[in-house]
Amino acid sequence: MPLPPDRAGTVGLFATCLMNAMRPNIGFAAAQLLEDAGWRVEVPREQTCCGQPAYNGGDEDAARALARRTIAQFEAFDALVAPSGSCLATLKHDYPRLLRDDPLWAGRAQALADKSWELLTFLHERGGAERIRSRFPHRVVYHDSCSGLRQLGIREAPRALLARVEGLTLIEAEDREVCCGFGGTFSVKYPALSERLAENKVQRLLATRAEVVLGGDLGCLLHLAGRLARICAPVRVYHTVEVLAGLADGPGIGQA
Amino acid sequence: MQIRTREFVPRATFALHDPNLQRALANAAGGFIGKRAKAVAEVPEFEALREAARVRKDEILAELDLWLERYEERVRAVGGQVHWARDAEEARAIIRALCARAGAKTVAKGKSMVSEEIGLNEALATDGLEVIETDLGEYIVQLAKEPPSHIIAPAVHKTKEQVAELFAEHHGTTPEPTVPGLVTEAREQLRCQFFRTDVGITGANFLIAETGASVIVTNEGNGDLTQTLARVHIVTAGIEKVVPTLEDATLFLRLLARSATGQDSETYTTYSMGPRRADDPDGPQEYHVVLVDNGRSRMLGGPWREMLRCIRCGACMNHCPVYGAIGGHAYGWVYPGPMGSVLTPLFVGLDTAYDLPNACTLNGRCGEVCPVKIPLPDLIREVRHAQQRDGLHPPAEQRAKALWRRAAERPALYHGLERLAVRLLATLGQNGRIRRLPGLSAWTDARDLPAPAGRTFLELWHAKGRDQ
Ligand code: SF4
Repeated sequence: MPLPPDRAGTVGLFATCLMNAMRPNIGFAAAQLLEDAGWRVEVPREQTCCGQPAYNGGDEDAARALARRTIAQFEAFDALVAPSGSCLATLKHDYPRLLRDDPLWAGRAQALADKSWELLTFLHERGGAERIRSRFPHRVVYHDSCSGLRQLGIREAPRALLARVEGLTLIEAEDREVCCGFGGTFSVKYPALSERLAENKVQRLLATRAEVVLGGDLGCLLHLAGRLARICAPVRVYHTVEVLAGLADGPGIGQA
Repeated sequence: MQIRTREFVPRATFALHDPNLQRALANAAGGFIGKRAKAVAEVPEFEALREAARVRKDEILAELDLWLERYEERVRAVGGQVHWARDAEEARAIIRALCARAGAKTVAKGKSMVSEEIGLNEALATDGLEVIETDLGEYIVQLAKEPPSHIIAPAVHKTKEQVAELFAEHHGTTPEPTVPGLVTEAREQLRCQFFRTDVGITGANFLIAETGASVIVTNEGNGDLTQTLARVHIVTAGIEKVVPTLEDATLFLRLLARSATGQDSETYTTYSMGPRRADDPDGPQEYHVVLVDNGRSRMLGGPWREMLRCIRCGACMNHCPVYGAIGGHAYGWVYPGPMGSVLTPLFVGLDTAYDLPNACTLNGRCGEVCPVKIPLPDLIREVRHAQQRDGLHPPAEQRAKALWRRAAERPALYHGLERLAVRLLATLGQNGRIRRLPGLSAWTDARDLPAPAGRTFLELWHAKGRDQ
């Protein structure tokens, strides 16, 4: 199948902190999907964090410093892509706002924001979905993470892409727009609240009788997988891209 | 109202384990969310209305002084008086003086969050006045000696059974624990009280500058009685409540009813304008409006200006998962939930209300439902930034953040630390997870920590010589 000309470029893969440390498989799955779609994939060595923990934690100054670093690392690529709606929301919405009053950086922040994509939306809108060839004969429920859902409108893309996976049955949970209670540092600053919200969410997910929980943000997935493991629920958890790339044959998150 | 925001964590923890509260909250949330969704779906142009309301409110706020002056003129012209209160203390003093001058013994009150904000009930009680709350929810919390827990449903934290018990205890009756049974019971008790009141105090949902009218919406009609039967009617309102025209008020009223209770309009929309005229069949002899600033004009000029668009509909708290888990009392002051997490720190102090903006996942559902499109998550984050500037985050957290930042700006160090952490965590994992992690027990008390495999993505990727 020849590739359309607009996919001849190079994509910088943003390795989110949690993915980099806790689940490298997601990064490899992301790279594979992008390459299958015809893009050249590069992973800048010098990248660190997008700065969201600082931004949400109140430290605008640190967030600004990390925003500048990330912009410098990625602005030469045709696109920046990350397997996370949360980090992407920071790049797309918060960078331009954070650097709005900085004449040297405001334009660069906006330019990067304009070509930054969450992976599933990228495949869905820029093409590449037709090349998904994976099989996953399971009943799955998809968890919408809040930043992706509300700030980037990620709702259609994961469902459309999952519909292409052979054998996969997607079941919708009740209250699917309700937060799982992760919230970054919220999860350790207010553990009792976080636990209650996790439990509410987990009960909704379990009520679907799905075998597998999928999602697009590793923070929520670590939190949900951790809670599911703690209550010994026989459910596996993967990032959506692992399933799309056919790399969900190993143990799920939090399993061996 | 007493400020108990410092007790957020213990009160929230207690709330999580209060079975009656949990039952009441579960019922309430289901009702509010479903009804609003249905009411919004019936209006295809709802999104356009929200946008129109946002734009209009901003226009009004930009000329607020002008509209307030116009409003004052009109109130005077119809025989009423306007009093300006810079802060809570001035507001209390004005109202106490008005009550004293009227020789009042009994005061009937309609629901008013501003009166909670300025601590009016306590002040009137000090003067030996009998205060009768006429809103059913307010009446219930008054009997229970509790503050309201929601801005439009003050007693939403109570189950029907609890209310029936409360009525039995105070009225010596045995009401049925059903909504109609309880409403009838309260109505009978309150009816006779209305006729003995000297002063009626109401809030206002809107103040209309072109006519000098104040508007309140209720579902019980108590507003009408409160203001028509008393000799003196006092309206208390924040200065942001003024709108230029009746048409403006109509736009906001449509959004308010649908967002608050999922109705097309509330059952009673009551307009009041000046004292009784010669040919009026009823109405008060005196009509006063107390306009309360209490920090609002300061907000006009700062990063929290957008918060002044708030029309107090309560949709943000109805859709907040944290409010849904703990209810309003845990927030420790008048305004709970997302709007309170912005407002309360501004009113009582960034320090005193430290936890409110921090105990939020920033999931954004509040901002999505707000009828005047207040970007609540952004404003909540903005409060955290202000707390950072004032050095209010806990010292251990500040140190951790500073260290983390230094590392994150140095890739070699950051990646080295990540590699180290990942190896360490991998050795602690059993069956792919870590059950207890000293130092991170805030995580592992409630959940396992999925264990990493032992290598970071960056080291694996570059070890394969993929690029650069
Ligand atoms: S902030 Fe918005 S949603 Fe919340 S009470 Fe005010 S107007 Fe309603």
